[in-house]
Amino acid sequence: MSEHNQHSLDHHDEEGPHSTFSGYMIGFIASVILTAIPFWLVMADVLSSRNATVVVILGFALVQILVHMIYFLHMNFHSEGGWNMLSLIFTIVLLFITLAGSLWVMYHMNANMMPGMMGST
Amino acid sequence: MSHSSAVPAAPDHFDFLVRDEHHVANGTLLGFWLYLMSDCLIFAALFATYSVLSQSYAGGPTGAELFDLPLVALNTSFLLFSSITYGFAMLQMQQGKLKGTMIWLATTGVFGAAFLGLELFEFYHLIHEGATPQRSAYWSAFFTLVGTHGLHVTFGIIWLITLLLQLRKHGLTVPNRRRLFCLSMFWHFLDVVWIGVFTIVYLIGSMS
Repeated sequence: MSEHNQHSLDHHDEEGPHSTFSGYMIGFIASVILTAIPFWLVMADVLSSRNATVVVILGFALVQILVHMIYFLHMNFHSEGGWNMLSLIFTIVLLFITLAGSLWVMYHMNANMMPGMMGST
Repeated sequence: MSHSSAVPAAPDHFDFLVRDEHHVANGTLLGFWLYLMSDCLIFAALFATYSVLSQSYAGGPTGAELFDLPLVALNTSFLLFSSITYGFAMLQMQQGKLKGTMIWLATTGVFGAAFLGLELFEFYHLIHEGATPQRSAYWSAFFTLVGTHGLHVTFGIIWLITLLLQLRKHGLTVPNRRRLFCLSMFWHFLDVVWIGVFTIVYLIGSMS
C-alpha cells in the first residue's frame, strides 16, 4: 500500500492519453456510417460487379480502422516518444508481407499444382 | 593527500539525462501496446490462412449459403456500442468519478457479453447446419479466425469483471487507472480486428 501511495505522489499528471467526449462521438458516428454503407452495399446488392463491391468495402474497412486508431486508440506520432507509431508501422509492414505473400504464393501453388481444378489447359 | 589537487573541481550538478527528451514515465502502456502488435500478427496469420482457404469448401456448405448478415450487423453494433461506452468510462475516470466509471464499464461488459452470446448462437446454428470445423478447410479456417477473436472478447470480459472488483475495493488509484488504460486499448483493438472479420469473412464471404 505504501508503494502505491509513493507512486501516486510521484505522478501528479495523468498517465496515458487524454480523451474528450467530442472525440469519442466523432469516432462513433463515423464508425456507424462506415459500417452501415458496406452492409447496405452487400445486402441490397447495389453494385453489379462483385470485384467493385469487394474493393469498395475493403476501402471502407481501411478508413474505419483509421478512424478507430485515431479517435478510440488515440494514435499519434508523439505518444510514448514515437514508439507507439514506430511499432505500429513495423507491424503493418509485417502484416502486408504475411497477407500479400501468402495469397500470392498460394494462388500460384494452386494454379501450378492443380491444373484440373483451376480449369487451365 | 598529495593527489587531491589533481581532482578537478566538481561542477554544480551532473546531467546524466538528456533533459529535452520526454522520458516515458511508465513503460506499461508501451509494453501493452507492443503485446497488442504481436497479437495483430497472430490475426494476420489467421486472416491469411482464411483468405487462402476461402474457396476450399470440399463440396460442403459455403459461407454465402449460411451467413445471416442481419445477425452479423446486430453483432457489429453491439461491439461498436461497447467501444463508445468504454470511452464514456474513460471520460468518467478522467473526472475522477468512480461510480460513473464503474457503471459505464459494466455497460461495456453487458454489450460484450451480448456480442459473445450472439456469436455462440451463430456457431451453434452453423454446426447444426453441418458446417462444423471438421467439414472442410474453409470452416476450419472460419472457426479458428472468428473463434480466436471471440476468445479474446471472453478474456476481455473476465479482465473487465476483475477490474470492476478492483475498482470497488481500491477506487481510482494510479495502478487501477493504468489497468483501465490497458483494457481500453485491448477493447478498442478487438473492435478494430472485428472490422476486418465482418468485412473479409462475412461481407465478402456472402458474395461468393
